[in-house]
Amino acid sequence: MIRKAFAGALVATLSLSAASPALAQEAAAKVADPGNNAWMMTSTILVLMMILPGLALFYGGLTRSKNMLSTMTQIGAVACLAMLVWVMWGYGMAFGPEGNAFVSWGKFFLAGVTSDSTAATFSDEVISEYVFISFQMTFAAITAALVLGSTVERMKFSAVMVFALIWLTIVYFPVAHMVWAGGGLFFEMGALDFAGGTVVHINAGVSALVAALMLGRRRGYPAEPMPPHSLTLTMVGTGLLWVGWFGFNAGSELEADGTAGLAMINTFVATASAALFWMLTERAMGHKGSALGFCSGVVAGLVAVTPAAGNVGVFGAVVLGAVASVVCFFAVSKLKPRMGYDDALDAFGIHGIGGMIGAVGTGILHDPLFGGPGDGSVSIGSQTLVQVQAVAVTILWAAAGTAIALTVARFVTGLRVTPEVEYDGLDIGEHGERAYN
Amino acid sequence: MKFIIAVIKPFKLDEVREALSSLGVAGMTVTEVKGFGRQKGQTEIYRGAEYSTNMLPKVKIEVATSDALALQVVEAIQQVARTEAIGDGKIFVLDLVSATRIRTGETGDIAL
Repeated sequence: MIRKAFAGALVATLSLSAASPALAQEAAAKVADPGNNAWMMTSTILVLMMILPGLALFYGGLTRSKNMLSTMTQIGAVACLAMLVWVMWGYGMAFGPEGNAFVSWGKFFLAGVTSDSTAATFSDEVISEYVFISFQMTFAAITAALVLGSTVERMKFSAVMVFALIWLTIVYFPVAHMVWAGGGLFFEMGALDFAGGTVVHINAGVSALVAALMLGRRRGYPAEPMPPHSLTLTMVGTGLLWVGWFGFNAGSELEADGTAGLAMINTFVATASAALFWMLTERAMGHKGSALGFCSGVVAGLVAVTPAAGNVGVFGAVVLGAVASVVCFFAVSKLKPRMGYDDALDAFGIHGIGGMIGAVGTGILHDPLFGGPGDGSVSIGSQTLVQVQAVAVTILWAAAGTAIALTVARFVTGLRVTPEVEYDGLDIGEHGERAYN
Repeated sequence: MKFIIAVIKPFKLDEVREALSSLGVAGMTVTEVKGFGRQKGQTEIYRGAEYSTNMLPKVKIEVATSDALALQVVEAIQQVARTEAIGDGKIFVLDLVSATRIRTGETGDIAL
C-alpha cells in the first residue's frame, strides 16, 4: 500500500531542534530533491488556478447575472480565509506531530517549521515542508469553496464566512487527517483516496446537500426558470478546472515519478470519457448534446478520478469516468427535482455523487484484475468494503459538522439575505456593484 | 397609404428585404423583438432540467406603402417568410393618415 509507507514517514517528519545539535545535523542532511520540489510548487499553483479563476468562473457562469460577482467573491474570500486558517491551526489539526484517529495537534501557527524542514513523500524522498503545507492549503481552500455551489444566490456574505471558518475547523481538517495523515482513521483502515475523493468531493458534496436543505430554496425555485447566465464563462471555468486538476491529481503523488504520470494520464482519459458520456446520456434521454452537459461531464469525470488517479489503470479510469458521468446526470436531472432540494449549482449532484462513485469504484478497479496498480494482496471485496466504510463515515461526519456550522452561522448572521436583496441580486445587495454594466 | 407591420422569423429578413426592394419599396424599419403566438415559446434544457421560454426572438418589419402597392407587399412577405412551420409570424395592415419627409417637407405618397 502506497499510503502505508506514507503513514510512518509523515509522522517522522524531520524537524530541526536547537536543543539537539546532533539531530539537527542529521536532519539537515536530508534535503528536498529540487525536481520534486519544483513539480510540487507547480502543482500547488495549478490548484490555485482551479479556485481563482477556475471554480469562480465555472460557478459564476451557472448563476443568474445579478449574482455573478457574489458567487465569485464568495469563492475568492472563502479560499483566502481557508489559507489563513490553514497556517494558523488547519495544518496542525490535519498533519500535526501529535494526534489520534480523528485529529492531530502541534505545529500550530507553523511552530518550528523552517525553510530546511521537510515532509515525507511515499518513498524515501522528502519535499520542503513549506511546499507540502502550501499544496495541502490549496485543497482546504477549494473544498470550502466547492460547498458554496449549493448555497449561492441566497446566503449572506457574512454567513458564508462564519460558516466556512467553523466548517473548515470541525469538518475539513479532521477528515483530511483521517484520510491522509499517518494514524488517521481511514488511513489505518487502508482506504484508498489518491487526491481527495473523500476529503474534497464527498465532504464538500454532502455538506452542500445539508446546507441546501437547511438554507431552503431560492425564492421562485423551482417554478421560475433560473438558467445559467453565461455558459461561455462556465466553459472557460471548466477548462481551467481541468488544467488545474493535474496539480490536484498528479501532484498528490508528492513526487514527479511514474505514479504521478499514471495520475496524469488518468486525469485525461477519465475526464474525456465522462464528458462524452454525459452528452451521450442526454441524447439517449431524447435531448440535444449540450455545452453544459459537456462541462458537467468534465467535472463529474474529474471528481470521480480524483480518488482513483494513481490507484487504477488507464482503462479503469475510462470506465470510471463513464459510469460517474451517467450516474451524476440522473442525480441532477431526476433525483434533485424529485427530492425538491435546491442544490443551486449541483455541488451535491456532481461532487457528492461523483465522489462516491469514484471512491467505491477505486476499491474495485485498483485490483490488477482490472488493470489497476494494486498488488492483489487485498481482495476486491474487502477493499471495496473499506472504501464504503470510509464514504459512510465521511457522510455522517460532514453532515453533522455542516449542521453545527450552519446553526452557528444562522445565530450570528441570520444566514439568508432579505427577500428584496434576493430579488435584486446579491451583487448589488451584498457587495454594492454589478458584474455587467 | 397603408402601414404594414410584419413579425417574422429572423432568418427570413434578408429574403423579405430583397422581395420588397424588387417591388419598389423604398425603405423599411427593422426591430429585433420578442413575443409569442400559438408557438408559445420553446424549451431549453440545462443539465436535464427543462425551462420553457415564453418569449421567442422575432424580427418586426415596418413598411409604409402606397395603397396600390400594399396588397403586393403583403403577398410578398407572406410568401417569402413562409416556412410552413409554426411560428412563421403575422402581418398587420393599418391605414396610414400621413407621411412627411423631414428633409424636404414633402408629404403623401411622394414622401415614401
